[in-house]
Amino acid sequence: MAYKFDFGAIVPHWELLLDGVVLTTELTVIGAIVGVSLGTLGAWARASRAPVISQIVGIYVELIRNTPFLVQLFFIFFGLPALGVKLSEFQAAVLAMIVNLGAYSTEIIRAGILAIPKGQVEAAQSLAMNRVQIFRYVVIRPALKKIWPALSSQIVIVMLGSSVCSQIAAEELTFAANYIQAVNFRAFEVYFVATALYLAMSVLLRWVLKIFGNFLFERRSHV
Amino acid sequence: MNKFLKSTIAAIAMIAAPLAGASAGALDTIKEAGVLKVAVPQDFPPFGTVGADMQPKGYDIDMAALIADDLGVKLELVPVASSNRIPYLTTGKVDLVISSLGKNPDREKVIDFTDPYAPFYNGVFGPADIAVKGAEDLAGHSVGVTRGAIEDLELTKIAPADLEIKRYEDNNGTISAFLSGQVDLIATGNVTAAAIIERNPPRKPEPKFLIKNSPCYVGLNKEEDAFKAKVNEIIAASIADGRLNAIAEKWLGIPLPEKL
Repeated sequence: MAYKFDFGAIVPHWELLLDGVVLTTELTVIGAIVGVSLGTLGAWARASRAPVISQIVGIYVELIRNTPFLVQLFFIFFGLPALGVKLSEFQAAVLAMIVNLGAYSTEIIRAGILAIPKGQVEAAQSLAMNRVQIFRYVVIRPALKKIWPALSSQIVIVMLGSSVCSQIAAEELTFAANYIQAVNFRAFEVYFVATALYLAMSVLLRWVLKIFGNFLFERRSHV
Repeated sequence: MNKFLKSTIAAIAMIAAPLAGASAGALDTIKEAGVLKVAVPQDFPPFGTVGADMQPKGYDIDMAALIADDLGVKLELVPVASSNRIPYLTTGKVDLVISSLGKNPDREKVIDFTDPYAPFYNGVFGPADIAVKGAEDLAGHSVGVTRGAIEDLELTKIAPADLEIKRYEDNNGTISAFLSGQVDLIATGNVTAAAIIERNPPRKPEPKFLIKNSPCYVGLNKEEDAFKAKVNEIIAASIADGRLNAIAEKWLGIPLPEKL
């Protein structure tokens, strides 16, 4: 039985797909910016002198890294209302992505910080810089530069993970694809187009992050 | 008597006897035997399941008992599955099929249906404090549905433009969304709503209005008009005196709709 391919069947639903792409992009942008900031704070806390803060952040990181993203999302969306915290799909999806990216990037950035030679820190201390100044001027930028490829990968993973948010009826790209498939039953065409769109968004995101990395950590020629 | 007369009388007797037998319909046969044989489901709660004591129980079983009582005969339950319930009827192994049977043209070619006795509908449900009587009242609320289900397709057709329909991937997502309050109302089948109510949830899905009605009918063999009329009479009587409503409340947790 020959399957008749009909990509035209998707064309009437182009608006839904576009809305899906837009929402995925929104979730990713907000998730990435706030998530990486959270990760930076987390990495800073892990290096803190007070072991209590380091342990609390450590518990958060291990909790998030060792549980599935879908379970975290369901807990935030379906579970929190029992405690009186009711979030919309967008809020729950963004929160889950931030919390998830925050945990992974804490570890990634912490690895970058540990890779800074001790001599740099000692030199900064001998210049009477305090801890905050050392972190801000001497440690964090080289650390981010070192781990930027790994961090970019994690951000792309979180963007692709946003497809899970279709499970709480957030109308992103996967939700749009599932809906169109339920209406016209053209699974091959619909998911082919959705895959192509995710691929395009992924490639674009990596390119943007690369440009951003070059801008932020531009190579200074050795003096 | 000559041979011709004898053979004529014999021939007439032979033709007449089956005719005499045929004029006794199913109703008379049942009353004579004193037993009503009814096909019931055994794997479809709340219509028919088997209890811990291995006895069948459910909406359909209670209905069968009611009909047997009103006919004044004993009840014999015959457990069947969806695939063999109609053949059991057409081959005479049972007199009635009471098994959450829906009416459709294909089945109408083979068997007859009485009036409806059980509600089986898709509708909008929600807690008592949300006042919604029809599709127009839905404006400003949010309704959860399972993507692609009949409720989804039908509700999309009749819903006002500013209604928020949230489509979840499966029944569990829809139910979780309703119970956690993420959506105000839920559009689903009445059997699902009954199952939710049975578990004593914090938010009860009480019926608000019907989307599509596909009630259950009692199936019986064709050309049994007297029997059909009698069963219809019993069904009408049980609605009038509230016995059918009691069965509905017991097994579905929801009273009968005004029009079955």
